[in-house]
Amino acid sequence: MNFVIPSFAPAIPEITLLILASLILVADTFWSKRFQNATYYATQASLLVAGYLVLSSFSVEQVFTFNDSFVRDSFADVLKLFTVAITLGIFLFAREYLVQHRFMSGEFFVLGLFGVLGMFVMISANNFITMYLGLEIMSLAMYAMIALRKYDGVAVEAGMKYFVLGALATGMLLYGFSMIYGATGTITFPEMKAVIASGEADGIVLAFGVVFVVIGLAFKMGAVPFHMWMPDVYHGSPTAVTLYLGTAPKLAGFAMVYRLLYEAMPGLVGDWQQLIIIISILSMVIGSIVAIAQDNLKRMLAYSGIGHVGFLLLGVIAATDDGFSAAMFFIIVYAITGVAGFGMITALSRTGFEFDRVADFKGLNAKNPWLALMMLIVMFSMAGIPPFVGFWAKIVVIEEVVKAGFTWIAVIAVITAVISAFYYLRVVKSMYFDKSEIQGPVEIISPALHWGVSFVAILLLALGLLPGSLIDLCYLSI
Amino acid sequence: MSFEQFIFYVLAAIAIISGLMMITVKNPVKAALWLVLAFISTAGLWIMAQAEFLGLVLILVYVGAVMVLFLFVVMMLDINMAILKEGFTRYLPIGALAAIAIFALMYMVVGPEHFGLDKIAAPAAKPADYSNTTEIAIPLYTEHAYAFILAAVLLLVGIVAAIALTLRRRPSGTVLYQNIEKQNRTEKSERLEMVKMDAVVEQPAAEDKEEEKK
Amino acid sequence: MFDAIQAFLSGFLYEWLAITITLVLQAVAVILPIMLVVAWLTYAERKVIGYMQVRMGPNRVGPIGLLQPIADALKLMTKEVIFPAQSNKYLFILAPILAIAPAVAAYAVIPFSDGVVVTDINAGVLYVLAVSSILVYGTVVAGWASNSKYAFLGALRGSAQKISYEIAMGFALVTVLMIAGTMNLTEIVNNQQGGILNWYLLPLLPMFFVYFISGLAETNRTPFDVIEGEAEIVAGFHVDYSGMTFGVFMLAEYAMMILISFMASIMFLGGWLSPFEGIPLLETLFSWVPQLAWLSIKVALLLFVFLWLRATFPRYRYDQLMRLGWKVLIPLTIVWVFVVGAMKYFDFGPWFN
Repeated sequence: MNFVIPSFAPAIPEITLLILASLILVADTFWSKRFQNATYYATQASLLVAGYLVLSSFSVEQVFTFNDSFVRDSFADVLKLFTVAITLGIFLFAREYLVQHRFMSGEFFVLGLFGVLGMFVMISANNFITMYLGLEIMSLAMYAMIALRKYDGVAVEAGMKYFVLGALATGMLLYGFSMIYGATGTITFPEMKAVIASGEADGIVLAFGVVFVVIGLAFKMGAVPFHMWMPDVYHGSPTAVTLYLGTAPKLAGFAMVYRLLYEAMPGLVGDWQQLIIIISILSMVIGSIVAIAQDNLKRMLAYSGIGHVGFLLLGVIAATDDGFSAAMFFIIVYAITGVAGFGMITALSRTGFEFDRVADFKGLNAKNPWLALMMLIVMFSMAGIPPFVGFWAKIVVIEEVVKAGFTWIAVIAVITAVISAFYYLRVVKSMYFDKSEIQGPVEIISPALHWGVSFVAILLLALGLLPGSLIDLCYLSI
Repeated sequence: MSFEQFIFYVLAAIAIISGLMMITVKNPVKAALWLVLAFISTAGLWIMAQAEFLGLVLILVYVGAVMVLFLFVVMMLDINMAILKEGFTRYLPIGALAAIAIFALMYMVVGPEHFGLDKIAAPAAKPADYSNTTEIAIPLYTEHAYAFILAAVLLLVGIVAAIALTLRRRPSGTVLYQNIEKQNRTEKSERLEMVKMDAVVEQPAAEDKEEEKK
Repeated sequence: MFDAIQAFLSGFLYEWLAITITLVLQAVAVILPIMLVVAWLTYAERKVIGYMQVRMGPNRVGPIGLLQPIADALKLMTKEVIFPAQSNKYLFILAPILAIAPAVAAYAVIPFSDGVVVTDINAGVLYVLAVSSILVYGTVVAGWASNSKYAFLGALRGSAQKISYEIAMGFALVTVLMIAGTMNLTEIVNNQQGGILNWYLLPLLPMFFVYFISGLAETNRTPFDVIEGEAEIVAGFHVDYSGMTFGVFMLAEYAMMILISFMASIMFLGGWLSPFEGIPLLETLFSWVPQLAWLSIKVALLLFVFLWLRATFPRYRYDQLMRLGWKVLIPLTIVWVFVVGAMKYFDFGPWFN
């Protein structure tokens, strides 16, 4: 027995988050009756603490601990910081929604916090087991959050669909893991990379495993042809939960793609690159064309999300450090835009009225010009119209894929981007040029939400005007 | 054929047959019972591979707990299998084709060509006092402690999720709950009242009348 | 002895056949005495409860009713086995087998004295837990196959109850493993050597009670016999069974009682060890007593408690039963795991060597 107790220092944010989440879980049962918002504030406070801990111990070099099952590097730290920031925003928007729709419960925040813990674990995973466990912690929390409004048949159905398909995807992923483990004899990523590079592992078994891993990843990211769950789940979930689903987990999902494909299996690039090319092109095409037919905004944003995953994978196709940096920038921007977009729906909905159809936005300009302007910014950013940040996000990944020699894919990407602009602009058109069908004023519920929405939307503009520092951060961290 | 091989083939045959029966049998309760048999024979196979801890835990957890709960639920469901099986024959050719394709692919990859004894040698037989439990326990609590704790967190999230999704707090007044503490604290004075009253002397005539009625 | 038989048989038979025959002989050598004990345990139960209720108990067949079990067995065997209409025949017959098979299979690892055990495996405790966890299928399948609502209710109650109490039982055994450091039952007993204070009863006193209470629940004995609950659901899961199929359920129940008593004696009461170890005069005075006798005395005492409880306690209501299992026993066992951990860390008492 020559076991040395590992250093806990790199994992302090995770440990603190776990302790705080567990404490809130217990405390919630005591204080939720007396103080409605106590859990909310405690959750936000613990997120701040976790964010502070990540920031204060920001590491530039790679640190491994727990017998190489945990890795801390600047990639992980940057993603964790953005995860925390985005989750703070999510909870800010979600609280008002939960109160309005009468299912304010501590479990939402506690599960959300555990979900963040799962994301942290995924982002820092350095072997198959921790990657899988992080993914499951995150997914399980999300399945439950979707179905939390248990008397709402649609939400429960969405939760069930997500659960069943998610479990199937996890099965695929694990089968792929087991194949790769069988071929390489190791579960930690750096060792796996070394074994694959040495050429000792059985190539056919590895290729077989990679196929399953890519299928599993595509399922979790919602890429075509494994996207069937996305529209139904986004649509069926309460908007506050859609807000959660559609934003922060994407960062963790990207981290999973990066760690698995690039850190563990760069030697198999020939195997996974072709798969990713197919998935990416299909996602971009389906995402942009099918979205046109949607009249529900949440459903439309789900298809837009599928299209965005296609763009994200452009950076992965490049299979270089720069390619992944571009993809990282893209996914961070997408997550922020998602917070703004879904946050807008969340903010506008009120008791008994979800405000999630495109038709609901008709004549918004006449009723509340400021909000309409904010929504316009969000839609323009998603469509990739300069000077908003969405433009830079798309430019960067397309640039990387061209650099890698796939110009034809870049052409397809640009065409789909133009097609997708159509449905984003349709929302803008109905806000500014259509007459409202609904009587009465459109009011945002609280000043906090008003400021929140405005802040995120203006952030999109500001980042669009000065994208340099964020792009640099992403390029430096990989 | 040695005795071990004989047992192996018997268990393997039971596992495969019960697996097939599990997916073909119509009644869900019977399907669950076939699955139990598949678990038990698989556990037997594991024990033969000197993984006695895993085999016994498979029985303890899956057979003894998970499947019992599963049966508990399945027994109470009134599933109309006819509706469930609708379209079965229509999709059978495609399904069968896909199944055969996947099986062929898996056989080619997982089969003896890549995982045969010449590629990966059979592990040496362990001595009789070899404890599989210790072998699993030591890395589990040292090397993989992080993953072990994460698994615990996963289960905790599962518990929270399950309770959040199923606990229905019914409004007070519609259901009566028992408050044991309150019951135990109850004093005699709360329940019992001493009343002074005059003795009532029964009339024998009334008794006779009642007897007549009977 | 059995090795010799196997060697003898393999002289003129196939090897696998010789092994099979030897295994069957070993099984018979263990199961037959257990079945006999079961038979007279039913007699003892009726007598004990009889005396507790100021009755005579069975006293007609044979001297003081000693042949009563044989009469009962004959009666059950000659009775017709009735299949309820629309019941599932195969499962209906399978259920009693599922009930009795694990109950006797568990005896494969029980050491009756030092070295006298069918298979001395190093995961013995786990094996007993795993095998006794299958026991519940007898109840569940019987209840479902009978096609009767009373039987079905019994089955539902049974499945929920068994699972709940299995957790407490498992945790109670975990504390034993923590002290003993092994899962081999023979070694667990040998680790308790050195007098009555070295038995695991003292450091694990609450766990002993938890184990025994869970054992009551696992065997569906009063006060946890809600799955039979004749006042509520007639006779629960075996309401539709008659003749020997019913008899097999009874056999399984009593065989499990004996098993629980054996396990409790081995785990907490020093198994076959003499209680007078280390006491100068008494040790020599009782040194002639065979190990099996000490074990039998302990088992008999525990079995008497089983019967005593049946005569004493009313039946738990179902929700009370669940509350006891989940809110009292399981937290208690988890706390005690930590207590034992602390004891081990500080090397407290004579139990850690």
